[in-house]
Amino acid sequence: MENNIHSYDLIIIGAGPAGLAAAIYTSRASLSTLVIDESMAGGQIKTTHQVANYPGFVDPIAGHELARNMRDQAARFGTQFELAAEITHLQLDESEKIVTVDDTPYTTRNIIIATGSSPRLLNVPGEIEYKGSGVSYCATCDGEFYKDKDVTVIGGGNSAMEESLLLLQMVNSLTVIHQFDELQAEKITANKVLNNPKTKILWSHEPREFIKNNEKMLTLAENLKTKEIVKLESDGIFIFAGMVPNTGLVKNTPLQLSEYGYVVTNENMETNLNGVYAAGDVRVKKYRQITTAISDGTIASLNIIQKH
Amino acid sequence: MLQTNLTTLQSKEELNNLIAQEEKVAVCCGRMGPMCIPVYGIFEVYEEKYPDIKFRNMDFDTPDADVIKLLPECRGFNGLPFTVYYRNGKVVKATTSIQSAKQIKDIIEEVFA
Repeated sequence: MENNIHSYDLIIIGAGPAGLAAAIYTSRASLSTLVIDESMAGGQIKTTHQVANYPGFVDPIAGHELARNMRDQAARFGTQFELAAEITHLQLDESEKIVTVDDTPYTTRNIIIATGSSPRLLNVPGEIEYKGSGVSYCATCDGEFYKDKDVTVIGGGNSAMEESLLLLQMVNSLTVIHQFDELQAEKITANKVLNNPKTKILWSHEPREFIKNNEKMLTLAENLKTKEIVKLESDGIFIFAGMVPNTGLVKNTPLQLSEYGYVVTNENMETNLNGVYAAGDVRVKKYRQITTAISDGTIASLNIIQKH
Repeated sequence: MLQTNLTTLQSKEELNNLIAQEEKVAVCCGRMGPMCIPVYGIFEVYEEKYPDIKFRNMDFDTPDADVIKLLPECRGFNGLPFTVYYRNGKVVKATTSIQSAKQIKDIIEEVFA
C-alpha cells in the first residue's frame, strides 16, 4: 500500500452497486482500493424510491439508504473515496494505469470500470435550456407542478409508461409521443395508459425541438412516415427515452465497446485491456439489476484478488 | 424529513439569520426524490472541500420554504430541487432540477470566487 503517493492496488471508477461490491471484497482482502465517482456514492439506486427485490430486506428499503449502507460498509473495510470528482485524464493501456482527478494523478495496475448508465438525452434544441422550467425527467419529482395541466410524454418504454401512470393521477391531459407504431412497455402497464381517457398518442413521431412560448411549451415533432412537422402545445414535457452507458470517459481509449457503446467483457469481467475490468450496467449484458451489478463487481474483484 | 448529513434549515428566520451572518451560503430546497438526492450528496462532499461556504438543505414541503419558492429568481421553476446561492445576503444564482457536481463546482467558482 502506497496511499501517500496516490498509488493503489485497485481503482474503481463508479460508486454504484457494482463498484461498491467490488470495493467491499478487495478492501476486505487488504488490497488498497480507491473508488472515484463524479457524483455521490450509490449509482442509480440512490435515486430509486424503494428497493423491494434486493434479498435480505423483508420490507422495502429506500434506495438512498441502501446506497449509504453499501458505501459505509466499503469504508469500514478501508476503501478510500474521491466523490464529486472530475476525472481529467485516463490512461488504461499501460501496465501502470493513471487516473487523474482534479489534477491529482492516481496510479494502479488494476481498474474496474463501473460507471453504469444514465437516462438518454434527446439532444434536441430546447431540451437542456428548459430543464426544470418546462422539461422534466421525473414525474414523481415534478408532476405536481402540472396538476390539472396538459403534459407531453416522450417515450414508450417501461419507464415512460410507469411515469405516465403517475402523471395521469394529476394532469388534465397527457399526450405520448413515440417513435414506433406500438409501445415497448409491458402490456399491462401500457394498456392502463392507453385506456385512460386523458391519454392521447402520436405514433411514429419524434421530437425535433422544444420551444418556450410564455408559460407554455411547444414541441415540434416529425412524423417519421410523412416527414411532416406537427406542433404540439402543452404545459410541460416529460422525457423518458431509455438509458445509455456512461462510457464517455473511455471513448478515446483502446477499450473495446459494443456497437451500442457498452464495454465488452468476458465472464471474468475482463476487457480487452490487461488489468482493466468492467462491471455493472456499463458492460454488455442481458439483465441490468442491482443483484447482477453486484455479481459483476464480485466476480471482477475476486479475479483481481486471485491474481494479486 | 430530509435524511441527509447536511444541516437542514427549519425556518425562514433560520435562513435569514444565516445569510445575514455568513458571506457564502448555498441552499438546496427539495424532497428525498431522485433529482434532489444527488445534489444533497454533492453538497455533503463540497462541505469538506469548501469550508468557507455554508451548505444547507430545506424541506420543500415546509411552509417556510416559501422563502425560497417565492424568490423572483425561482419564478418559472418547475423542477426539484430549487438550489439558491447567496452572497452577502443577496441571491447571486438559482438553479432548478438536478445539477451535476461539475455544474455546481462551476457555479461555486463563478459566484463565490
